[in-house]
Amino acid sequence: MKKIGLIVNPIAGMGGTVGLKGTDGKAILEKAKRLGSKPQSAKRTKETLERLTFLKNDFELITYPGEMGERIAKECGFEPKVIGSIKTTETTATDTIQAAKEISALKVDLLLFAGGDGTARDIYNAIRNKTVVLGIPTGVKIQSAVFASNPMKGGDLVALFLQGKIKETKEAEVMDIDEEAFRTGFVSAKLYGYLTIPYEKQHVQRIKSGSSTNERYAQEAIAQDIIENMDDEYYYIIGPGTTTRPIMERLKLDFTLLGVDLILEKKLVEKDLSEQKILTYITGKRTKIVVTPIGGQGYIFGRGNQQISSKVIREVGKDNIIIVATKQKINSLNGQPFLTDTGDKEINQLLSEHVIVITGYHNKVVYRISY
Amino acid sequence: MTKNTKVKNFHQAKWDEPIIFELSTKGERGILFPEIEKEIEAIVGDGFSKLPKQMIRKQAPQLPELAQKQVLKHYLRISQQTLGADLNVDIGQGTCTMKYSPKINERFAGSPKFTALHPAQDESTVQGILEIIYKLDLFLREISGLDKFTFQPGGGGQAIFAMVSIIEAYHATNNEGEQRDEIISTMFSHPSDAAAPTVKGYKVINIYPNEDGLPDIEALKKAVSKRTAALLITNPEDTGIFNPKIKEFTDMVHKVGGLCGYDQANANGLLGITRAKEAGFDMCFFNLHKTFSSPHGCGGPATGALGVKEEISDFLPVPLVEFDGKKYYFNYDLPKSIGKVRAFYGAVPAILKAYSWIMSLGSEGLKEVSRIAVLNNNYLLKKVLEIPGASAPYAKGRHRIEQVRYSWEDLYNDTGVTTEDITYRMVDFGFHMWSSHHPFIVPQPFTLEPTEAYSKAEMDEYLAGLRRVVKEAHENPELVKSAPHRSVVHKIDHEPLDNPAKWAITWRAYLKKNKK
Repeated sequence: MKKIGLIVNPIAGMGGTVGLKGTDGKAILEKAKRLGSKPQSAKRTKETLERLTFLKNDFELITYPGEMGERIAKECGFEPKVIGSIKTTETTATDTIQAAKEISALKVDLLLFAGGDGTARDIYNAIRNKTVVLGIPTGVKIQSAVFASNPMKGGDLVALFLQGKIKETKEAEVMDIDEEAFRTGFVSAKLYGYLTIPYEKQHVQRIKSGSSTNERYAQEAIAQDIIENMDDEYYYIIGPGTTTRPIMERLKLDFTLLGVDLILEKKLVEKDLSEQKILTYITGKRTKIVVTPIGGQGYIFGRGNQQISSKVIREVGKDNIIIVATKQKINSLNGQPFLTDTGDKEINQLLSEHVIVITGYHNKVVYRISY
Repeated sequence: MTKNTKVKNFHQAKWDEPIIFELSTKGERGILFPEIEKEIEAIVGDGFSKLPKQMIRKQAPQLPELAQKQVLKHYLRISQQTLGADLNVDIGQGTCTMKYSPKINERFAGSPKFTALHPAQDESTVQGILEIIYKLDLFLREISGLDKFTFQPGGGGQAIFAMVSIIEAYHATNNEGEQRDEIISTMFSHPSDAAAPTVKGYKVINIYPNEDGLPDIEALKKAVSKRTAALLITNPEDTGIFNPKIKEFTDMVHKVGGLCGYDQANANGLLGITRAKEAGFDMCFFNLHKTFSSPHGCGGPATGALGVKEEISDFLPVPLVEFDGKKYYFNYDLPKSIGKVRAFYGAVPAILKAYSWIMSLGSEGLKEVSRIAVLNNNYLLKKVLEIPGASAPYAKGRHRIEQVRYSWEDLYNDTGVTTEDITYRMVDFGFHMWSSHHPFIVPQPFTLEPTEAYSKAEMDEYLAGLRRVVKEAHENPELVKSAPHRSVVHKIDHEPLDNPAKWAITWRAYLKKNKK
């Protein structure tokens, strides 16, 4: 019998309705409560679980006590296996991490967690990519790509996973915004890592062909295209992400998945560079930037790759920006343009136009950037 | 019929019929041929010894061995397990232009006067069929405004491939073959417009639609350059939205030295209304098995009739059928020709049927076909939008041409029922519906194309089917999700299609891959 883990962050989302932009930290939670905020997480988790009740007898649900999963699971008619212990009222990140570790250790097929970016980070810190996970979006901040687009769709995805209709997985970004800075009106998003989530392939019509090629294959094809067209006269700034990773792997170079690396003549100059270091290397030199939209929102610059700052972009020049993305990733934006948030209005405006995006080997599309 | 039209209480035959290779019994025969009599052998030989040695196979082919009755039973059973165009209201397979194929045209194609013809006959003995081929060329010239057609390509995909071959030859002749290595298409054009150039070694740039569902002229500006070999585009695209700026597109591509190819596989809303020539195209093709009523034949005898402007007609495949004022003849004298793309002259039965169809309608009749197809489509659009959960993304409130790509996204959000679920449930009522071509830019897509062949009553019947399934999706989603309940097979497993170790397109490959 398959096993599904469930962790609910009961306080996730409480800051949202009262305009607090998040609930990271005890003081903010107190403030949210004072402002009359009600817990959101359980209600939304219920929407997910309700989509799974028809499979109730086909899998075992493992969860943490009380508000962290037990209560809502029982309310939805499940008889979950409850492990661990929490202090009855206020749970913290430590509880989430503890629960993730313990549930993951029971070799669950999938760990479902309800929360926001902060919760995703906690899950990432606890289990990295050891277990397949899926986020139920209940938090205020949802920058990460590890969440279902809504709680109900999350339930459907888990159902397909349980029925063996979805077998493939992919790595998805865990992003988080610095809440303090966000409250003062400044968005500073960081790419923390990758969690493994179920990969729902889009089926095309039967008979005509099979389903779309998998993400990994498309990423490899993109890398081959980039490498074939590399000009040894240019520095290449390689942005973070799984889409750019195969470029470094195929060149057999050391690299950082989350940082910015620099190469010249297909050799690593230095990895994990800061904005300042990039500028030191490239000022006055011919340079190209290879970037991919980060997370589920389509940000090209300013989220998760702030090292490639407006100063760097200015130095490199708009025409030397190479954008890479799989078609799957572009289609998941539902027609929304790519976004930039460099903190420099002039650069944002400069970049806002139609651009060529490399989507495969000898395969490009024209897409729009906005801000 | 009215809004309350009841759906059919349909139930399909289910025979659990194996495939014919599995029915084979060693030694079983349909016909036992008599031995050749000595007297005959003395005159014509034994029939084998004159064959070149290298052509004689050492092992007999592993064909299924069955008696006549077994073959008949097998195919009759299979025929009961289909939902053919003549059997259902086939408007759910948008982009494919399912229409009635008049049976009189089948009679023509089945006549011994036609079937006894051989492609190797001297042209003086086949003037009749050459006249038909030549005149169909003239008709399509009038319909497109272009100057010369070939019927060699065996379908739309091959017509696109032939277009790309012409594009390649054209630029090579101008010594720009190396430089022009990019072909531009759009996301809502048929995927083959990007696939064929890829196979030919071109780099492909695809343009995403804007908020109106159309490719943006600004986006095209970004895509064109000295490297542009051609633009291959559909209009209206699969959304059914006509791009009114198409002339600006072709102008922009011509300006940088590229050619423009018009994918008119489906031209059902445009006959006598707009033409490839006036839109600035150098080439176009029509699928005779779509717009021109020849049956689809399940990927069988089809034709992608490919037409070009005078300036590039030298590149067409040979032979072309010409008329010198007295007789019809094959013209092989095209030194720049891309060569042959298919044996002989194309699927001639499809040519004959399309010719007959056009002759029976005349020019005013063809225009009427398009007018009715557009009217039917816009009736259906209005009615589908009244169904809760259905929507038509892009171009809100505007009319569409001959088809619409709809979305069940709202229904999915409300009920969890997907397009795929609905297609399976529609089968329970004897209706065909498909989710349509990739890419999946439109969420939960479905594409309806009523053509001119269906009456209002039939469209209402189909709509009643949709309404019924949507009602079920709200009241009992599990019923829809577990469909079909009254069809041949339950669910199709997509997985082997993604797995090269499993898929097999021949029996031999199947045996090999499954180690039998």
